[in-house]
Amino acid sequence: MAASPLGTLKNKLLFAAAWLAWSLMQVKILHDWGFAWYVSAMDSLVSNVLLASVTIIVINNLRYYRPKRGKYIYVIIVCAAKAGIWSAIVKYAMINIYPNETEYLQFLDKFMPIRFDIALLITLCMALVSELYYTLDEQKDSEHRKTDAEKLAREAELYKLRQQLQPHFLFNSLNSISALITIQPAQARKMIQQLSEFLRGTLKKEDHQWISLDDELQHLQLYLDIEKVRFGHRLNTAVYSDESTRKLQLPSMLLQPLVENAIKFGLYDTTEPVTITISARRENNYLVVSIENPFDPETSSPKLGTGFGLRSVQRRLYLLFARNDLLSTNHIDNQFTTVIKIPQAV
Amino acid sequence: MKKAIIVDDEPLARMVVKEYLQQHTSISVVQECNDGFEGIKAIMQHQPDVIFLDIQMPKINGFEMLELVEQPPAVIFTTAFDEYAIKAFESHAVDYLLKPFSQERFDKAIERLQERDAASSTGNTRELLETAAQGPQQSQRIVVKTGNKIKIIPIDDVHYLEAADDYVKIHTKEGAFLKNKTMGHFEKVLNTQQFVRTHRSYIVNVQLVTRIDPYEKENFLAQLKTGAQVPVSKTGYAKLKSVLGI
Repeated sequence: MAASPLGTLKNKLLFAAAWLAWSLMQVKILHDWGFAWYVSAMDSLVSNVLLASVTIIVINNLRYYRPKRGKYIYVIIVCAAKAGIWSAIVKYAMINIYPNETEYLQFLDKFMPIRFDIALLITLCMALVSELYYTLDEQKDSEHRKTDAEKLAREAELYKLRQQLQPHFLFNSLNSISALITIQPAQARKMIQQLSEFLRGTLKKEDHQWISLDDELQHLQLYLDIEKVRFGHRLNTAVYSDESTRKLQLPSMLLQPLVENAIKFGLYDTTEPVTITISARRENNYLVVSIENPFDPETSSPKLGTGFGLRSVQRRLYLLFARNDLLSTNHIDNQFTTVIKIPQAV
Repeated sequence: MKKAIIVDDEPLARMVVKEYLQQHTSISVVQECNDGFEGIKAIMQHQPDVIFLDIQMPKINGFEMLELVEQPPAVIFTTAFDEYAIKAFESHAVDYLLKPFSQERFDKAIERLQERDAASSTGNTRELLETAAQGPQQSQRIVVKTGNKIKIIPIDDVHYLEAADDYVKIHTKEGAFLKNKTMGHFEKVLNTQQFVRTHRSYIVNVQLVTRIDPYEKENFLAQLKTGAQVPVSKTGYAKLKSVLGI
């Protein structure tokens, strides 16, 4: 249910002040017309206290029974009825309070239709104001719900994008361990430990969304080390990051799919020894990381940009920063480079 | 004594197969291969009875490798592919082993191999390839053999296909290549939004069509960007029009 427009202290004071001003004005007018001060004051007091009460009732009625769109005629009828009841009560009350002020009572009788019109106008105005107020309030409410829902959907999507772990990687690694167990038990144990640490890191990263480059590179190193066990005979890695970049922040698991992509095209799809290079630098307010890998132009077309890994990163960057220009790729001869820019909070 | 070849790009993965094979003295490994290219050479050279084949490999994948072998031997897949993806091939391969697999599971595969009638295994491998070719990844490129070289043709480089007896002639900017397949096969595996069978003997890459001219009665000729002309039959014309949206 919407809050009443009179819910805040500020609005209450405003409401009271408006009525006070209105009442004082009425006293002055009646006095100027030749009525005694006390008659004018009593008239103003009785009529305006009653009218204020009527408007409060109107405000509250609308709060509980909102008219359907286009059914405002009922609001007008209800207001008219209330204004009618109000005029009857004012008349009855004044006759009883000042039965001997004949001049005043004649005036009251004569001008009652006009005062009814004014009362109707005021109640209608109040009805209009509160109707607008409630509609606005509802709109704000649904707007709020919408952004809430969008935020939830976005978080779910981000979560899913982060979660993309290559099942092939996991099963092939387990297969390597299976091979090592009989021939090199110590190496097998080491690989289990590396794989566990890598998986733990992947799971843990859900909690805090941003991490330092240092942490992300350590995590990637585990991944690369595992791949080295599988393809040790031909995988070389080079990771460069200078002192100034170590503490820079980036969303967790953002580089992982890019490195996986580099491994996929650079290592899985080639037969020669390869070097995967990761280098980080600071440029103005950006952390810039480039990942280089060779590819086999014979088997993979250079439009690698369509790979799922890259698309998911692109999407994540868009959801996080609302920008599409933070990820770029290029290739020279058989060397493919992916460059990602991560804006740093100032 | 049965001859076996192991094709896998990971040395450790080959090691597991070799280790498990020590329990089976009737099978000896004649060669280990790092990729599909080596695999083809080794198969031609040794004529093995069985190959242990990984699917995801550099250059060409396991299915593409099998396609290029004239008389494919019995196949046991060793792969980390998920079960769902491999299910389609299950009935045709001798067996498929999901990495990492146990000695017991491996022994069962060997048992199946022994039971299998050698004559039928080749036929099954052919069927297997037909099934595999319908996988989504398969239609991205065509692998052909020219002499003893293997060529991978990205699908966008294909201008048009032409029936030629038992073969299909694949026309590209680097010339034409023959592939031991049917037109029906290509019609099925290629993306129908890009490749249209315009004629009993022709499939054309619609991205290259610049003009369609009438030619003889109820027949047409499609002009390609490359200057080539491809016959279009009446029904082919209707198909071409619907794909081009005219």
